Amino acid sequence: MTSNVNLGLTNVGPETHPLTWRYTKSGKAVLDIKEYEALEGYAALKKAVAMPQADVQAEVKAANLRGRGGAGFPTGIKWSLIPMGPDAGQKYLVCNADEMEPGTFKDRMLMEELPHQLVEAMILAAYAIGATKGYIFLRGEYILAGQRLTAAIDQAKAAGYIGDNLLGTDFSFELHVHLGAGRYICGEETALINCLEGRRANPRTKPPFPQQAGAWGKPTIVNNVETLMNIPAILLRGPDWFKGLSQGKSPDAGTKMYGISGRAKITGLWELPIGTTGRELLYTHGGGMADGYELMCWLPGGASTDFLMPEHLDLAMDYDTIMKAGSRMGTALIMVVDDKQNIISAVRNLEQFFARESCGWCTPCRDGLPWTVKILESIEAGEGQEGDISTLQQLTRFLGPGKTFCAHAPGAMEPLQSALKFFPAEFTKGIKAKA
Amino acid sequence: MLTANTTQTIATDRGGDNFVFTDYEREQIEHAIHHYAEPRAATIDALKIVQSQRRWVPDGAIFAIADILGIGAGDVEGVATFYNRIYRQPVGRNVIAVCDSIGCFLMGFDELYGSLQTKLGIKPGQTTPDDKFTLLPIVCLGACDKAPVLMVNDATHFNVTPDNVDSVLEQYK
Repeated sequence: MTSNVNLGLTNVGPETHPLTWRYTKSGKAVLDIKEYEALEGYAALKKAVAMPQADVQAEVKAANLRGRGGAGFPTGIKWSLIPMGPDAGQKYLVCNADEMEPGTFKDRMLMEELPHQLVEAMILAAYAIGATKGYIFLRGEYILAGQRLTAAIDQAKAAGYIGDNLLGTDFSFELHVHLGAGRYICGEETALINCLEGRRANPRTKPPFPQQAGAWGKPTIVNNVETLMNIPAILLRGPDWFKGLSQGKSPDAGTKMYGISGRAKITGLWELPIGTTGRELLYTHGGGMADGYELMCWLPGGASTDFLMPEHLDLAMDYDTIMKAGSRMGTALIMVVDDKQNIISAVRNLEQFFARESCGWCTPCRDGLPWTVKILESIEAGEGQEGDISTLQQLTRFLGPGKTFCAHAPGAMEPLQSALKFFPAEFTKGIKAKA
Repeated sequence: MLTANTTQTIATDRGGDNFVFTDYEREQIEHAIHHYAEPRAATIDALKIVQSQRRWVPDGAIFAIADILGIGAGDVEGVATFYNRIYRQPVGRNVIAVCDSIGCFLMGFDELYGSLQTKLGIKPGQTTPDDKFTLLPIVCLGACDKAPVLMVNDATHFNVTPDNVDSVLEQYK
């Protein structure tokens, strides 16, 4: 059962919807390599391997493609930090397909319906950075995506797109699907590398960054599924075309997979120009809230983003605009919270998730998150103690950016700090009056 | 790269259940090792291979995997206990994993989880007396537009509610 994708969008084609047009056009998954080739498939790879590696990198840099996993780091700049030249030695390309940010379901759809597009993108990106081995780090629960990617890799091998001296070049590439065993922290790129190496997925100290010393100590690039799947089209149509896709809605380039979950009339995924507003997404595409429900607040892009309010719906959903409003675009799949929902319960659920998924490596995160949950549980039950709210506020600082080993706890504090800001009365209501 | 001692019977003081890989398990693990720069990287693969054959990972498998990969048993146990989907205790014939993250929570997770516990007569983490079902929570399954969602074994079920959950359970023996 597939998600609603691009529901109601018209004129979906390669010029306007580089991520999803192949799927929308046929209305079904493109699994056979011949079918994919007939839809411009592997054309970008053929074009790229005829170019010097530096030129391929330059195209991606000029396109201003920013990382679609949530952080928005420019892909071209990430790539430029990897050593090149004959003495660079073994390098790795890893696709972060460990989609586990609550509220996010875009990479699942992209991989299940268009596996060859990711395989082509991996080969192309590996060529650009000179990585001879690649891994798709896929979360273990994505069974169908795993089967389809493995089949696509086998077909690509048989067609000569993967292997030694591929397409008559002197470049060789090997690609594997690595299945995880379920831990949210694996999405953090250094934790992901530890997991790939068969270790506990604790994050690593940075520096060194993976571009210098990643998998097995070798230079490694980790890119998100959606990020990579933009790259073939950038090579085919050029950086200027890619930058124009945002149609002036944002200084950012390209399209973005946007999505809706929660009690909206229509939930699903849409590929839209980056910088589309939350209002257009929710009301034009999602049909507004479900009957009988009003919008109370929304998470713009996953559990680790600050809540926004209805008045923020007119902001462009791009990295910098949402950041200025005090949140993060994250994965850009919005989750609407309705007016019948107890906000304290929702925040308690969010913090339970983060507390359980903490890797336990550093103390503020390991101890601070369960403490946060305990306080929220007592406020939820109307048993909160005097001082609990200021303790929660203190925790948002103690577990904030710069106080912990990685971004897990700071991410956990984002929904809490914004709930404290927007719904102070709901917290106060849960404090038990003195006898 | 491999160490010796991969075919011997595991001594009883190292797990207590005389664990021996089946030919299939050994073959699959050796195949997985070749995907990586170091055998250690196949730890998760090895655990999953054993689990796919035995439903869970018994103590003896930890030592056998350590031997075949040439690493310490403590390292293997560290990995086995870190990841949500590796079971170090026996589970039933079918594992129900219910998404308890925010997307499903907003759409009725509590009701679904409660009704499953009532229907099965077990709490999360427990197995029904007939060994048919184990009930566990799981992290967001990446299908929030079709919440609430749960997995039974390898199959994901969408839009599951207390009203239609029976038709899901009936599919399993």
